[in-house]
Amino acid sequence: MMDNLAFIWILIIGFSILMYVILDGFTLGIGILLPWLNRQEREIAMSVVLPNWDGNQTWLVLGGAALYGAFPLAFSTILPILYLPLLLMVLALLFRGVAFEFHQKTKRGRKLWDSAFMLGSLGATLIQGIMLGAFVQGFVLATPNNALQWLTPFSLFTGCALVCGYTLLGASRLILKTENGLQEKMYRLAKLCAILVGCCLIITSIWTYWVHPVLPYQPWFFKDKLWLIGLLPLIGMLSLVGLFIALAKRQEWLPYWLTIGIFLCSYAGFIISVWPNIVPYSITIAQAAAPASSLTFMLIGAAIMLPVLLFYTWYSYHIFRGKIEQTIHY
Amino acid sequence: MLDIELLSRLQFAFTISFHILFPTFSIGLATFLLIMEGCWLKTRDPLYLSICKFWTKVFALTFGMGVVAGIVMEFQLGTNWAGFTKKIGSVLGPLFTYEVLTAFFIEAGFLGVMLFGWEKVGRRLHYLSTCLVFCGVTISAFWILAANSWMQTPAGVIVTEHQFVVNNWWEVIFNPSTLSRYLHMMLSAYLSTGFAIAGICAYYLLKGKHLAFSKRCLAFILPALALLTVLQIGVGDKVGLVIHHHQPLKTAAIEGLWDTQRGAPFIIFAIPDQHQQKNLYSLAIPYAASLINTHQLKGKMIGLKTVSPSDQPYVPLVFFSFRIMVGIGLLMALVALIGLWLFFTQRLYSSRWFLRGCIFMSPTGFIALLAGWITSETGRQPWIVYNLIRTHEAVADITLSQISISFVALILVYLIIFCVFYIRYLGRILRQGPTAEVAPTDSVFRYLSTTEIK
Repeated sequence: MMDNLAFIWILIIGFSILMYVILDGFTLGIGILLPWLNRQEREIAMSVVLPNWDGNQTWLVLGGAALYGAFPLAFSTILPILYLPLLLMVLALLFRGVAFEFHQKTKRGRKLWDSAFMLGSLGATLIQGIMLGAFVQGFVLATPNNALQWLTPFSLFTGCALVCGYTLLGASRLILKTENGLQEKMYRLAKLCAILVGCCLIITSIWTYWVHPVLPYQPWFFKDKLWLIGLLPLIGMLSLVGLFIALAKRQEWLPYWLTIGIFLCSYAGFIISVWPNIVPYSITIAQAAAPASSLTFMLIGAAIMLPVLLFYTWYSYHIFRGKIEQTIHY
Repeated sequence: MLDIELLSRLQFAFTISFHILFPTFSIGLATFLLIMEGCWLKTRDPLYLSICKFWTKVFALTFGMGVVAGIVMEFQLGTNWAGFTKKIGSVLGPLFTYEVLTAFFIEAGFLGVMLFGWEKVGRRLHYLSTCLVFCGVTISAFWILAANSWMQTPAGVIVTEHQFVVNNWWEVIFNPSTLSRYLHMMLSAYLSTGFAIAGICAYYLLKGKHLAFSKRCLAFILPALALLTVLQIGVGDKVGLVIHHHQPLKTAAIEGLWDTQRGAPFIIFAIPDQHQQKNLYSLAIPYAASLINTHQLKGKMIGLKTVSPSDQPYVPLVFFSFRIMVGIGLLMALVALIGLWLFFTQRLYSSRWFLRGCIFMSPTGFIALLAGWITSETGRQPWIVYNLIRTHEAVADITLSQISISFVALILVYLIIFCVFYIRYLGRILRQGPTAEVAPTDSVFRYLSTTEIK
């Protein structure tokens, strides 16, 4: 059993990544949706993202910094293996970020930056999904590292699955924030995405059984989690069905929250499949943990600051709540 | 292994040099905006509002660049410096986590309000947002400087076989060089930004545009710069003392001293030759180096030859970058003092030669800043954590092709994004210039006239 400090920290890191997935996920999704939007709709879509832009990405930075401090062994083992995908992801995020800034500074160059924003979003999402798949497969630790071990049919598939997922999140966020024509368009796109997400989830779940290095050979290892493994797809599927109904009934709030529900179930499934490893399937969370003095010191800060953070994350969303009626600029 | 190490170092140096410029500019601008918006709230003079809105545009663009370039830095610590991370992640990681928790989120959360909230929230709440963003950038710099200073003057840890275990966090954070180096960095951020602002306003004045705006900015900036340059010289001196006490070899490389001696000379110019372990063509002021670094005419200075050449930093780089930094610093002090004199004799806005000088000076702060960082980081070599971990031990287990691909990709992307487009859009904001603001009418309760009621 791992000690409590390491457990709390893996929870905090898991939570930060989840916040990133939900908050920056819809931003990435909106980026992917840009080709389906006309000029005016794009401006509205960008305005949905604008006020909370920096805060959304900060959760990724928090997850990274906390992993660096709390599990340095994991950080220093995983990152060199994922060298190329991380480089690509960072470059994609960089392109998306500057495209977002520059988009507002230009009229003639808007098309160019829209494309950069779209490609950056698509690239970053695809890579995040690929890395997720690589985690489920597990890493081979060797010297020198196999530089391309993350690239497999399975990881490519999870990459595409995440693209569908984020697009769904983006579409349902736009449903929440917009009206009339754009909203109607999003209802139709969200339905399409929801179908794709459903298929992806089923295929990923089955495929995981084949690529997972432990599950097929030691199923008893998962015995006491069977009820969870059974329950999660059930909740996921119920959310999906609920989502279809909500979309058909032209609900505004429900699609967004049900999509988050689907993400939560998938995320929980992912955690169960790699637990208790932090570098699947060779280094456990307990083995990678930093000395207690570091974990305790970080925890003091997190205990004070996390509630404050959550409060004003909520607050800054609260200020810019409601429908986007007009586009905003600097 | 040497090639991967060298390329990793170059890549890190390249990315961090680009990165540091943006936070530096953001720190300075946030501070400037804090003061200007305060003036606006106090005086209700719409000119201040126009100043705030204009520099907020520059701030938004710059801050955004800093965020995206910063994400590259964070990942690089793992992808390229895994050996370093594995050992000291538990020491520096908590500092970075604190940076995210106490600074990044505050900046990110309130930046939106600061940029887009002029009409959405009240004046006081808006000013509170500006204050919080200012606190964010100020605190953020502190954590980074604490982490970097710990690499220069490590303290508060017990070294075990695999890991560093912290036994005193206070000593880690407030290690011997943190405070002086932090002040030095903050002042250089203010100076760099101040000279950039002065240069832009001088340009407007020379072009005869935005006169009221530029005069108001300059009237604040030039006296501030005069004060700051004087302060910076004092703090720089303190940093020198701390370095000499804790990293005597770095001081030796800065001063180009090969032999241990008392009453060491300050070498104005020389070409340090690492192979022959001596200086060529040197021009020196007797006793000055001892006076500067120990505050005693006959103070003892350690020479580079006390260690084997393999334990010495690469002297020419440290030596010259230090001289560039100090040279620009002295030039800045001169310009700021002349500006102050012109300001008090009421000739500032009409002295075209001085305004041209300001335009020339506008990027120099950033150059001095980079030169200072090069001095500081290369002077620490061959150690990544001074006297504890060597740089070659810190390199990640990656292949030459991986580092080559990433380095080339980063160079291309950075040149395109930062050198072409950032400059271009910054230029566009500057060309558009500030827009005039009308004095806001306070909403006063009054009865509606009958014609207004429908």
